[in-house]
Amino acid sequence: MSDFIKENWNKDGVDRRGFLKCMAWAGTGTLCVVSGGVLKSFAISEIPLIEQGKMKGELSFAQISDSHIGFNKPANPDVTATLQVAIDKINALPVRPEFVLHTGDLSHLSKDSEFDTLDQSLKGLKTEAIHFVPGEHDVINDNGAQYRERYGKGTKGGGWYSFDAKGVHFIGLVNVMNLKAGGLGALGHEQLEWIEDDVKHLKSSTPIVVFAHIPLWSVYPEWGWGTDDGAQALGYLKRFGSVSVLNGHIHQVMQKVEGNVTFHTAMSTAFPQPAPGTAPSPGPMKVPDDKLRSVLGVSEVNFVRSKHTLAVVDATLQA
Amino acid sequence: MKKAAVRIMATKMVVGAVLAGGLWGTSLTRAGYPAAAQQAQAASVQVKIDNFSFNPQEITVATGTTVTWVNQDDIPHTVTSTTDAFKSKALDTDGKFSFKFDKPGTYDYYCSIHPKMTAKVIVK
Repeated sequence: MSDFIKENWNKDGVDRRGFLKCMAWAGTGTLCVVSGGVLKSFAISEIPLIEQGKMKGELSFAQISDSHIGFNKPANPDVTATLQVAIDKINALPVRPEFVLHTGDLSHLSKDSEFDTLDQSLKGLKTEAIHFVPGEHDVINDNGAQYRERYGKGTKGGGWYSFDAKGVHFIGLVNVMNLKAGGLGALGHEQLEWIEDDVKHLKSSTPIVVFAHIPLWSVYPEWGWGTDDGAQALGYLKRFGSVSVLNGHIHQVMQKVEGNVTFHTAMSTAFPQPAPGTAPSPGPMKVPDDKLRSVLGVSEVNFVRSKHTLAVVDATLQA
Repeated sequence: MKKAAVRIMATKMVVGAVLAGGLWGTSLTRAGYPAAAQQAQAASVQVKIDNFSFNPQEITVATGTTVTWVNQDDIPHTVTSTTDAFKSKALDTDGKFSFKFDKPGTYDYYCSIHPKMTAKVIVK
């Protein structure tokens, strides 16, 4: 396979063959960069990490996603146990994360009992705060009322919000509500207007981190892996020197860099899903029992002020 | 994706157990039996949900037919009309939802959790 872009279907500078090649690498902790039409890859370990002495003033946080509490089929009969492994993993990090992001699908069926079980598990997570955004499994039946009651205090509309940490501006978005037949994820007019307003007064040098459940870029539209109006949101962030987009939903790591924007999706703590186009549908993927923890994971994110990209390290739950 | 037109013949069928979704469009008669079991002309047809798709994706039924959806996928889905004509709760595996189509027309519907799943019921 050539490293040169041949077919630019989505006009995003990544052709399908090159994308799949890149995606195959990503699962092992690799960053793919498109530069001048050429794909390059870097092992995550090549990205300069923070030395212990330089930790002061920098920011470290973790991302977990797709815990699907309530799921109990063969792909993983005990999602609470694997979530616990993920929590233990984060608690064992050499530097305590300042906070943890959960990028959605907290529950499997938006049930009270599922949210209760999740809360119980998260009590053991050693961090200052957990910031959530909902997945489509969290807003079934009640348009997200239960989710917002539990995790959306102080948020706007469907549950979006922003906050600042060590000079980095974090924006939590909701792209799983009011989905149209045949469509992908959607942010909606009200939320887009809010985003535009939210970043209006920020200096362009402010690092931005956007987190939402469904990928904001078109990973694989055939399976609903994309956001119809994601490009519009990214348009409001065009002037910023460093934008990182952290998503979940697809239950596998995928990364892309486009100009100043780095996209990264996280593994699930519950069950893996097939790579795009490799199965008839994006359902839970059964792997041999002793392999399960190697396809589930957490992400540790370090922000280095002098660098434009976040250093993201994806760690599986395998001991 | 399969498309199949299903011609429904007048048969007497009893609507199976219904989970969370509830029973739309059927009513209890004075005798306490579901209406569908009483009327000789009543008809029912099943749509199977599996692999993130509704099968058959397109069905044609006679007015008065009750359609029952069964989720055989290992992930929850909903049956949601694009015009608010009907909407099921989340159906987990083996969950069922039924709706009686009393008015002719074309009813587009989809899964509100996975909106790429679209289908339709044509009622004549």
